[in-house]
Amino acid sequence: MKLKQLSLFLENKPGALSAPVKLLAEANINILTLSIAEARQYGILRLLVRDWKAAKRLLEKNGLLVKATDVLAIEVADRPGGLAGVLAALEEAGINLEYMYAFTLKRDSKGLLLFGFDGPDKAIGALKKHKIHVVGNAELFKRLEG
Amino acid sequence: MSKHSMPKRARFDPISAPDFLPPSQLGELQLQRLQNMVAQAYHQVALFRGRMGERGLKPGDIQSLDDITRLPFCDKADLRDSYPFGLFASPMSEIVRLHASTGTTGKPIVVAYTQQDVDVWTNVMCRSFAACGLHRGDIIQNAYGYGLFTGGLGAHYGAEALGATVIPISGGNTQRQIMVLKDFKVTAICCTPSYFLHLIDQAAELGVNLKDLPLRAGVFGAEPWTESMRRRIEQDSGIKAYDIYGLSEIIGPGVAMECPCQAGPHIFEDFFYPEVIDGATGKPCPEGVEGELVLTTLSKHAMPMIRYRTRDITALTSEPCGCGRTLRRIKRISRRSDDMIIIRGVNVYPSQIETALLQVEGALPHYQIILTREKGLDEMEVQVEVTQDVFSDTVGGLEQLQARLTKSIETTTGLRPRVRLIQPRSIQRSEGKAKRVIDQRKM
Repeated sequence: MKLKQLSLFLENKPGALSAPVKLLAEANINILTLSIAEARQYGILRLLVRDWKAAKRLLEKNGLLVKATDVLAIEVADRPGGLAGVLAALEEAGINLEYMYAFTLKRDSKGLLLFGFDGPDKAIGALKKHKIHVVGNAELFKRLEG
Repeated sequence: MSKHSMPKRARFDPISAPDFLPPSQLGELQLQRLQNMVAQAYHQVALFRGRMGERGLKPGDIQSLDDITRLPFCDKADLRDSYPFGLFASPMSEIVRLHASTGTTGKPIVVAYTQQDVDVWTNVMCRSFAACGLHRGDIIQNAYGYGLFTGGLGAHYGAEALGATVIPISGGNTQRQIMVLKDFKVTAICCTPSYFLHLIDQAAELGVNLKDLPLRAGVFGAEPWTESMRRRIEQDSGIKAYDIYGLSEIIGPGVAMECPCQAGPHIFEDFFYPEVIDGATGKPCPEGVEGELVLTTLSKHAMPMIRYRTRDITALTSEPCGCGRTLRRIKRISRRSDDMIIIRGVNVYPSQIETALLQVEGALPHYQIILTREKGLDEMEVQVEVTQDVFSDTVGGLEQLQARLTKSIETTTGLRPRVRLIQPRSIQRSEGKAKRVIDQRKM
């Protein structure tokens, strides 16, 4: 169910973002989706790739600070109130959402969002209870190919 | 009755006898011990044998105390390079204790003691307490940290040997410290002078006036401090503040201690031979002239030190002291030769920054101190490489880390720094001593 996302600590300076992006490109690793959280002096680049272990090794070998964290890919109906429903389910269970970002993928008028929680397992339970579909590794990669 | 009404030499503890040896007898004892120690160091420790060999020296060449200046120096780098056991002069079966201090490059410095070394340490710490007028019946609160740091156990053994009552409270937990000070009728405390200043402030907040307590003496050391700190401590708490000096590499606390005259610590010369040298040339400084303190252990078996460069700046005096001790005195150590920086008139040591970073992160990250001057005001920026252990993947987590580092540095140095989190490996690594300070101020 859970997906591994890589989080990179990057200083806010020219070239900081291009360094890891270039490394991944040279190794022929495709970035499935990404987001950047920024503070004044630094940022966190979060990204999803197919083989996160290889990507992590590569980035770390080149001196980057990388952390693998669990995130959930959640299917959200592409209509008004689609996201609100998901958030309500989480709220009800008292689960704190730390951040989210999106995939460009869309299927059957459903979009796919990535969510970061401090307790992803608890979130899975709450989502299941409300029959909200959490997309796992295998399914995600299949969709990306399709 | 005032808590300081006792005369200066109220009681004489026989353990203090060596403090009053006639200089000629002391010299004989020192030479005999020096010769034995040099022989052991030469035969058991490759580093000392090698360095003496380079100068064509054999242990037998040490015929007088003045010959000590023919011996090579050693320093902290030697301890680091020989980590962990490379400088031991006794087999592990003879070693009863290991202590360690944090080093600047991540690895600690390890020091070792045989039973005889522990006995010597106990002896000098006991004489330290006796020197400032403590005795059987005193209740000593030992707030030096117990553990790998030498402060806690060193003071503990000495105070017990004195026959005093020891409270092994260790460092931290200020509220409890104050409760114990008050409820246990403590008469003396051991801690760092800066921590005692903190205790004074906290006690006041809790409505406790230290002047009303039986507490009459503080044995303060483990960090450089100043005469103005002493005055503040004595005025605000009504106790006498005594300066104790020591370092793990030599034995721990108890290398030198003040007497009631408070005119600089007397070195326990029967066990530690002091020299003051010009740091740049290595030549001895004339008496009274400031230079770097160099110490030689005269009786250490587990880990003898020959002419160890302490980096502490002081001057040596043999002027007679009002207490009658014949032991020479050093000026209070308030600075070190290698690393002090002055920011807005405040002395800051990279070691303080290290302590602060360690407290937050648990392990020492790579860091650098950048000094700039903006609109005539010094600014200190501390750049800290983020490590895997502390990297949280949320901005909130990183901001929290930044805030904790800032606060910790402010608490230890008294200056509010700008803390900048930077990527790993951004700070240039150096082969030798890390360059910790980049001073960009235009003076």
